[in-house]
Amino acid sequence: MQSLGIDVLFKGSNFMRLLEGLRTAVRISMISVTISILSGLAVGVLMTSKNRVLRLVFRVYLEIVRIMPQMVLLFIVYFGTTRVFGWNLGAELSAIIVFSFWGAAEMGDLVRGALVSIPRIQYESSFALGMTRAQTYLHVILPQSVRRLIPLSINLVTRMIKTTSLVIMIGIVEVLKVAQQIIEANRRNSPNAAFGVFAVVFLLYFLICWPISRLSTYLEKRWS
Amino acid sequence: MNFEVIIAYLPRYWQALLLTIRVGWQGVFLSLLIGAFCAIIIYLKVPILRRVIRCYIELFRNTPLLVQLFFMYFALPKIGVKFSPDFCGTLGLGLLGGAYMAETLRSGLENVPPVQSESAQSLGMTPLQVFGHVILPQAINTSVPGVLANVIFLLKETSVFSTISLMDLMFTAKDLIAMYARTIECLAMLVVFYLLMLLPVSILGSLLERRLRYAEFGD
Repeated sequence: MQSLGIDVLFKGSNFMRLLEGLRTAVRISMISVTISILSGLAVGVLMTSKNRVLRLVFRVYLEIVRIMPQMVLLFIVYFGTTRVFGWNLGAELSAIIVFSFWGAAEMGDLVRGALVSIPRIQYESSFALGMTRAQTYLHVILPQSVRRLIPLSINLVTRMIKTTSLVIMIGIVEVLKVAQQIIEANRRNSPNAAFGVFAVVFLLYFLICWPISRLSTYLEKRWS
Repeated sequence: MNFEVIIAYLPRYWQALLLTIRVGWQGVFLSLLIGAFCAIIIYLKVPILRRVIRCYIELFRNTPLLVQLFFMYFALPKIGVKFSPDFCGTLGLGLLGGAYMAETLRSGLENVPPVQSESAQSLGMTPLQVFGHVILPQAINTSVPGVLANVIFLLKETSVFSTISLMDLMFTAKDLIAMYARTIECLAMLVVFYLLMLLPVSILGSLLERRLRYAEFGD
């Protein structure tokens, strides 16, 4: 039985390179999540607006994001828009644009759900106290929806991290790409390295996402 | 936009669509089987097996499909387990979906209030009758929206199949772009074909959901 490639990982700086790749993936997802949550709050409030046209626009936006695979969106932004508009968009920037576009819609829908679940009397009472719409949202509605929203947005973080694995397709060197490079470089002296290296990548993703999703479940149970 | 090009590409996209739909639905079907099995084991609190299934669910819910497929397609052959791309895609989607379906179906089962099974028992039904006639119909009703959301999610996830050299829609688009550099036409067709595949499911989903809500008892 030949070695299964765990040893390859500890040769030179291979393991550090793998972690470096993971950091790229996590960085992209963190930036996208931050943008998504902030813009998702606005999208969610707009989704509950009384204006029919506005509601329809956001409904279509949500449906597009729900139906189109993220990979297709990535291709459209990275290969399509650069071709149409002739600009030069980096791979990482394209990824952030796509994931934020996607995340804002998902987050918006979560915010909408949370807002709708707040009893109408809360709105009416604050209007009766003479608060403006902005004040109502800021001081009355949002604080109450936050408890519902936090576990769900933490969940969005894990989904985002898992989705960033797709960026390998537009040429970003993240953890899977580094894994492939390590395997290729050691093809001759360790032909079975693919097993160990991909197993470790599998485990790394799990080790990042699992604690986050546990936290989300814990908070959801505790606050519900 | 050049329509001659689009017409010339149509057959290839059509083939890819058929393949994507076939493997996608095979995976969805497998995921329902796995999900139902796991949900029932957890619901019945079968010792040991329940823990194993929880581990499986956590492991597959917290890793991307792309990594799972890479592991199955490139790593497993090294220890002598070899799959065809077709089988690998189906199995990968089935295992990923199974973990999601299990959670959805389980919460459907657990959402049936205990009073339902207690009442059924006091009417003299056997455990099997209680499960088949009382618990299951109610559980299915509440889990349908979740299951449909999972189906759409799984069909969307098929887009990563191109990495294990399955000639799906994404693969075809990438291939044609690389060969003829007709980026705009290829991407537009990609969007249209994905819509063709997913829009009917999405519409069916909202119709079915409305109907089930209509059939709901009480409130």
